Amino acid sequence: MEAESEQGGASQKAVDLFVAAAIMALAALVMYDSQRLGAKWASDGPQAGYFPFYVGLIMFVSAGATFLLALRPKASDRIFVDRQQFRSVLAIFVPSAVYIALIYLLGIYIASAIFLAFFMRVHGGYGPAMIAPVALGMPVFLFVLFEMWFLVPLPKGPVESLLGF
Amino acid sequence: MAESLEALFHGFAVAMSLKNILFMLVGILLGVLIGVLPGLGGANGVAILLPLTFSMPPTSAIIMLSCIYWGALFGGAITSVLFNIPGEPWSVATTFDGYPMARDGRAGEALTAAFTSSFVGAFIAVVVLTFLAPLVAQFALQFGPPEFFAVQFLTFCSFVGMSKEPPFKTLASMMIGFALAAVGLDTVTGQLRMTFGIYEIIRGFDFLIAVIGLFGIGEILLTMEEGLSFKGASAKINARVVWQTWKKLPKYWATSIRGALVGCWMGITPGGATPASFMSYGLAKRFSKDGPQFGTGKIEGVVAPETAAHAAGTSALLPMLTLGIPGSPTAAVLLGGLLIWGLQPGPLLFVEQKEFVWGLIASIYLGNIVGLLIVLTTVPWWAAILRIPFSIIGPAIVVVCAIGAYTVHNAMLDVALMLFFGVVGYAFKKLNYPLAPLVLALVLGDMAESAFRQSMIISRGSLSAFWANGLVGSIMALALALLFWPLIVQAKNSLLPKRA
Repeated sequence: MEAESEQGGASQKAVDLFVAAAIMALAALVMYDSQRLGAKWASDGPQAGYFPFYVGLIMFVSAGATFLLALRPKASDRIFVDRQQFRSVLAIFVPSAVYIALIYLLGIYIASAIFLAFFMRVHGGYGPAMIAPVALGMPVFLFVLFEMWFLVPLPKGPVESLLGF
Repeated sequence: MAESLEALFHGFAVAMSLKNILFMLVGILLGVLIGVLPGLGGANGVAILLPLTFSMPPTSAIIMLSCIYWGALFGGAITSVLFNIPGEPWSVATTFDGYPMARDGRAGEALTAAFTSSFVGAFIAVVVLTFLAPLVAQFALQFGPPEFFAVQFLTFCSFVGMSKEPPFKTLASMMIGFALAAVGLDTVTGQLRMTFGIYEIIRGFDFLIAVIGLFGIGEILLTMEEGLSFKGASAKINARVVWQTWKKLPKYWATSIRGALVGCWMGITPGGATPASFMSYGLAKRFSKDGPQFGTGKIEGVVAPETAAHAAGTSALLPMLTLGIPGSPTAAVLLGGLLIWGLQPGPLLFVEQKEFVWGLIASIYLGNIVGLLIVLTTVPWWAAILRIPFSIIGPAIVVVCAIGAYTVHNAMLDVALMLFFGVVGYAFKKLNYPLAPLVLALVLGDMAESAFRQSMIISRGSLSAFWANGLVGSIMALALALLFWPLIVQAKNSLLPKRA
């Protein structure tokens, strides 16, 4: 979505066009599926695709208009995001994505500890004396709060089952 | 009138129970915390905590959740004044004069003015709510499906007409919400819509996930991009500063009343707290004799946006309770809560769930008094929380969002979806696509569609159902006028210079 161009990053215009095109594609998909279900009037009332079809149509037209407006030469040629900023955004986005993948494997408590420790080490430059209490304390607190007080089960992994939960 | 008062006193009896006051305190404290932290706001904060209330009695649950909302409204002002970072979008206008005041060493004065104005705004709005809501509900009892659809249509049209964002982007964002709401099992025909054979999405997209992603993760990405460096003014509030500020404030009664009126109007029609705060600031600047000095640390420039924001936030509950149409994303999340607790929002709520409605309204009075006292006494703590580096707060907020997304349906797919919505929220914010219409459409989509379908069945497929009587016709006409408002303004602007 935030494709970088050669120099200072992606231009506002390029991203604007891309997003408008993506919404148009989504709208086309909505209309296609509504058409498949039937977007007309049946004997007992409107068919299942009736309402969504028009939603898709309005979406398509308004995204199309946005696309055309963005094409105008006087449309803004500001930078959407420069390299430095994009790197900062990725610096939290990529670890977050990995964190969510880790929840599948390890459960939410262990994954949170790893995520917090990683972020504090790499972006905060903290030493173990500061990392350990935060990265271990928060998952333990969450465990007590959810599993014990509110009785809301969160995803658990192999380590918790070893401990008998 | 007398009936309202009697019901209100009964409501106070409900809200005053020890347990409910405890929930109120917890709610306010959590709310201020949410309002102070970047990435957590009223809407997604309430969304994350909603699953914890599923087993609570509805009245206690709504008292706690609405207090989180009041707390978040108060909390937004703290970061604006002390750090020049609006904790919430509606406190952007508060930074204009609040931060210069703090830099001059008048942080205590600015904060006292902000909190007190918030309180005044909320108080006026809740008085409006107390007396107007039963009348609106009474009136809405005669609504049929076409009228309900017309009111919803009006809501969405006013987004297009009133928002600062480009109208086509507002429309596109709204339609994405409607389309997402349509995904899954169609309850009328039993057919699967837009699931494309994927089993997990038969349930549809939950708006809570969208709210947590769009507002929570999206905000974290934006915060990272801006490269956070908190450089804060120190906060000292003592009784003397509070007292001296309170002595000054009555001078600005006209600004307060104007702000509260703008706020109530923008909250009831879903303009929301953010445009209300800007509009009130703009009006105060125009009408004040110190107008040109606004932005250099004028107390009036703090009073105006805060009164309006809090009035809008509070009055957004009026259409939610009486018509089932929320006036703001946070009200939308509270509406989602009502549905989950098994309460059907709408005019019948005032007939069938008196204790719930009036308990809630009474709790707004109490919650704001408690909130004012809490924020005035605890400011230094919140300022200290903001000095925790982002490398700790940032990932902690991601963890909290992930847990919030998971607990809605105990589904891992939702956590992944939340991240996706986060990217969408980030891109949309940067491209000026408004997020509020998307969320509201996602919440109201099913209701709007069924009202539309029922109307069409009544009229046998003819759109004339929406012009069938004076009531529905005038709502529709008003809606269309708002929808085409940008065009009308443009036409007026392009015609006038030629004449001159």
